[in-house]
Amino acid sequence: MIEVSHISKRFGHRLVLENVSFYVEKGEILGFLGPNGAGKTTTMRILTGFLPPNSGTVRIGGYDIQKEPLKVKRLLGYLPEHNPLYTEMTVRDYLFFVAETKGVERSKRKTQVNETIERCGLREVASRLIGHLSKGYRQRIGMAQALIGDPEVLILDEPTIGLDPKQILEIRQLIKELAGKKTIILSTHILPEVSMTCTRALIINKGRVVAEDALDNLTYTRGVSISVRANPQTLLSTLNSIDGVKSVAIEDEKEGIVRASIETGQEVRAKIAYNIIQNGWELFEMTPLRASLEESFVRLVTEEEGQ
Amino acid sequence: MKNIYFLAKKELKIYFYSPIAYSVAFMFLLIAGYFFYSDVLYFSLISLQARSGFMGLDITDWVIRPLLGNMSVVLLLILPLLTMRLFAEERRQGSLELLLTYPLRDIELVLGKFFGCLAVYVLMLAFTLPYPIILYLLGRTDISPFFTGYLGIFLMGSAFIALGLFISSLTESQIVAAVITFGLSLLFWIINWATHFVGPPLSKILEAISIITHFEDFMKGIIDTAHIIFYLSFISLSLFLTLRVLESRRIRG
Ligand SMILES: Nc1ncnc2c1ncn2[C@@H]1O[C@H](COP(=O)(O)OP(=O)(O)O)[C@@H](O)[C@H]1O
Ligand SMILES: [Mg+2]
Repeated sequence: MIEVSHISKRFGHRLVLENVSFYVEKGEILGFLGPNGAGKTTTMRILTGFLPPNSGTVRIGGYDIQKEPLKVKRLLGYLPEHNPLYTEMTVRDYLFFVAETKGVERSKRKTQVNETIERCGLREVASRLIGHLSKGYRQRIGMAQALIGDPEVLILDEPTIGLDPKQILEIRQLIKELAGKKTIILSTHILPEVSMTCTRALIINKGRVVAEDALDNLTYTRGVSISVRANPQTLLSTLNSIDGVKSVAIEDEKEGIVRASIETGQEVRAKIAYNIIQNGWELFEMTPLRASLEESFVRLVTEEEGQ
Repeated sequence: MKNIYFLAKKELKIYFYSPIAYSVAFMFLLIAGYFFYSDVLYFSLISLQARSGFMGLDITDWVIRPLLGNMSVVLLLILPLLTMRLFAEERRQGSLELLLTYPLRDIELVLGKFFGCLAVYVLMLAFTLPYPIILYLLGRTDISPFFTGYLGIFLMGSAFIALGLFISSLTESQIVAAVITFGLSLLFWIINWATHFVGPPLSKILEAISIITHFEDFMKGIIDTAHIIFYLSFISLSLFLTLRVLESRRIRG
């Protein structure tokens, strides 16, 4: 649905995006992750046709954003980072205006605006001035505005920024309800947001893509935790002699059962299990220790910096 | 075409949801009303005295022209307040970014804003229509200069609005937009004063680009297509420049 290939963008002499490529399948929710200043907003502005890239192409729904901007724009719903709204208008008037300019047919405008108001939980405030509403409501209006015209693709730039925890949950819920129906790119610098709403993540740092994968693969296995009935000292030396084991730490020992966590470089679970059985020890438990997305993120971003 | 209408309607709504349009229109009507009242009063005073002495005092000279002239000065002062927000505010709020991602053409955006503001202006002018009607009821039949004068005022105001729209597209600050629009409008207004001390051909050029020289014939009841063409070109040039600014903003981000 979205194909970004080799886009670069500079502001003056500063290279803000460098050879960024990725794709998003129809119905997918891609988490666009990166620290502040990584280039998320710039990428999204290029996707929406607001900024032209210095090089590279963007195709959405098969159309090139540079060559057929109007066709692409009909497929798009966009929620900009600072969620600009016309504070002097009422919610309903504003959404009606959006429906008009997005080219919703006259006969469908009213029902679509009403449906969107319902869906985004705006019924109680529909006839109030936007300027008088709370940040949470405004964010929902921003979402509503993106949803009007029933676009296939949604581009949401930090949709939960600046909201309180309850409002954050509401917006996430709204996004989850859209899962599968729309193709969504959602940028954020808050990691749990990605695990909660997205199917795949793209990590960007200093204008370059540093990782792009399904969430399961990004949260890699960093080791195992085991419970064994054995002598702690011999266990320690046995485990340490296995190829691929980086370090072993005894967590505790109760009634002869030792709990240890093993940090591994590669996949050595089978070898560990084999060695324990070989020694005739009883293996009670063996669970992989998964790095959280935070850890992957920090690792990827710092690795990048180390280069 | 439809999009221009939608966009103009939105501008109109924002004008009337906020106090801008009301306060600008109110001040305009207050001052125009004051001028009308005093001009008419003065005229009746003079014509009473004239009964005894010289004859044929012309209402065009004594009421209509001063009134239209004064109205145009007031417009010079207040139209920048109407145009200042058009693009500047959208840029400051960031809503222009969103608007540019809707399936709209830049030209539709520019014209939508222009016509939206123009509609407020026309409404404002419409509220001064009682003046010619009162004059007519007072028994002075030749009020035709009023109508050509209105055409002139309408064209001149439209030119100020187009200029204001262009200036507003250059900045994020409404105040800056208003100040520059006012300054430039004034400059276009008084530029013909310089004709007194520069010789031709410069004086001819200054005369030709002065907004006020083109207005004078309208006040006398004359419709000259040259003047209409001047205002229309002024408007088109301003709108064209606005369009270019919008395009270049897009490139620079
Ligand atoms: N219009 C602009 N002019 C100059 N530099 C910009 C502009 N927009 C963004 N930048 C710079 O580009 C970098 C990436 O910004 P941005 O895309 O907003 O990052 P993010 O959204 O990931 O926080 C930042 O360092 C920012 O300062
Ligand atoms: Mg950003």
